[in-house]
Amino acid sequence: MNGKSAGGSTRSAGARTVPDVAGAAQAGAVVPGGAATVRRTRLRGRALVVAVGRVAVLVVFLGTWQLLAATHTIDTFYFGRPSGIWDRLETWIRHGTSQGPLLTQVWVTLQETLLGFGIGTTLGVVCGIALGRMRLAADILAPYIKTLNSIPRIVLGSVFAIWFGLGIGSKVALAVVLVFFGVFFNAFQGAREVDRALIANARVLGAGPVQVTWQVVVPSALSWITTSLHVAFGFAVTGAIVGELLGAQQGLGLLISQAQANFDPDGVYAGLVITALLALTAEGLITLLERRLLRWRPRPGSNR
Amino acid sequence: MRTELRQDPEPEPDAARQPVTPVPIVLDGVTKRFASPRGEHREAVRDVSFRVEPGSFTAVIGPTGCGKSTLLSLICGTERPESGTVSVDGRPVDGIGQDIGFVFQTDAVFPWKTVLGNVAAGPRFRGVPRARAQALAADWVRRVGLAGFERYHPHQLSGGMRKRVALAQTLVNRPRVLLMDEPFSGLDVQTRQIMSDELLSLWELTRPSVVFVTHDLEEAITLADKVVVLTAGPATVKEEFDIDLPRPRDAREIRHHPDFVRLHELVWKALRDEVRVAYERGLGAA
Repeated sequence: MNGKSAGGSTRSAGARTVPDVAGAAQAGAVVPGGAATVRRTRLRGRALVVAVGRVAVLVVFLGTWQLLAATHTIDTFYFGRPSGIWDRLETWIRHGTSQGPLLTQVWVTLQETLLGFGIGTTLGVVCGIALGRMRLAADILAPYIKTLNSIPRIVLGSVFAIWFGLGIGSKVALAVVLVFFGVFFNAFQGAREVDRALIANARVLGAGPVQVTWQVVVPSALSWITTSLHVAFGFAVTGAIVGELLGAQQGLGLLISQAQANFDPDGVYAGLVITALLALTAEGLITLLERRLLRWRPRPGSNR
Repeated sequence: MRTELRQDPEPEPDAARQPVTPVPIVLDGVTKRFASPRGEHREAVRDVSFRVEPGSFTAVIGPTGCGKSTLLSLICGTERPESGTVSVDGRPVDGIGQDIGFVFQTDAVFPWKTVLGNVAAGPRFRGVPRARAQALAADWVRRVGLAGFERYHPHQLSGGMRKRVALAQTLVNRPRVLLMDEPFSGLDVQTRQIMSDELLSLWELTRPSVVFVTHDLEEAITLADKVVVLTAGPATVKEEFDIDLPRPRDAREIRHHPDFVRLHELVWKALRDEVRVAYERGLGAA
């Protein structure tokens, strides 16, 4: 029918009944046929190879590590070994840590991370969109924002520990500061790069400044913002853990720093494993959120 | 039976289909300058005067980059002239008017809204309650031939279908002035012809006053009651031509009409020199 619609996105017009209109001839209409089935089978085969490959990499990595440790090629005093890490995790899960149940530690760190992430992204999005819409204010504040951004913000952790004490507050504050700028700059850029034609169209159709912001700028900046969320969550975890390393009564960071103080590499690695699991779970959830919010976009790899 | 009919809340879309009260558009000695980055002033439009009769279709044609789009911005109210006046319905243009509809050259439908959401956007912006806006939108979606595609997002549609969405989105507001900036320039030749026919029949429904900017002479003659030829930038009016071809017109058939051929010859003579000037300037710049 027409060349550009070859290949099959299952969400395209062909999946449903196409009404008989003149324009239907140009619709991205694709009827999934034999070729698509063959390709799908091939894709499934590839997915299997990828999955097996991934597991293989992990097994080889852990196996080599364990082997080197068992043959004393590497010193377990410095490098630990996978079975030791597993034992440590098992002990923590069964008998709790030196600071109390493992779940409590995870929950404390998670709370700090989520609060920091939530507050930081909210502030970042609001400020970014607002300044993106207000050119004058953005130009006035630009040097100050750049200055603040150039400060190594990790150092603020010590300041916050003094201000907010050893409780959850100082960690949340550090996470917020780390998260804010990444999200802010993306939201700002997103608000700046809105297609001028879309804004002009909305205005002619009758939208006021507030409607333009909500109905054009925000949805348009959304892909920029969701991209920054992935990095932002990493920063939130970093903020929470570093905050705990600097001084805390509970949390994964404290667990790691105590393991370090006890010359216990297995404990440090076990803490890292738990942290990584948290971050991966969050990453998955953010990807889901992104898909949900950006449903209107063509999927990468689809034909348009 | 009768009372039931009276209680029916749906007779309104009929009213939405009625022709609008057309208004005249008058440009009188309009000049527009833009400041270049180096601080010099460049004239985009110089001393332009022409009149668009109420409910008529005027095509503005000129070489690429001559300032045609600036004229539309001035009528629309997004730009103001340095001198001269632009008036719609006898009143000088002051900001974007309620009566204006604008179909852009580039894709300007909202990619995150569905077809129905896009068409309902105008009424929603103007404070029409959601249910009513959606009913109006559904009506226009049907009228531009997209029934069944209400829930689709723009990226799932072809370029021609997206243009239909843009037309419906603009016309649902019942503009009395319809401005179009090379709306079909991104489409292939066959689709352009289909869209020209579509546009003419939609225009017949509500009969707004149209200013249609293009650099395609055949398209201009096919659609318009009057063709205004502009000079290579800064744009001034070189000549106006009345297109007295019979309506309704069929975009493909009309090209073989003897008068079409005659008019094409006539207008092309006026346009040819300007195109050459613009082309040579382009060579000079390159």
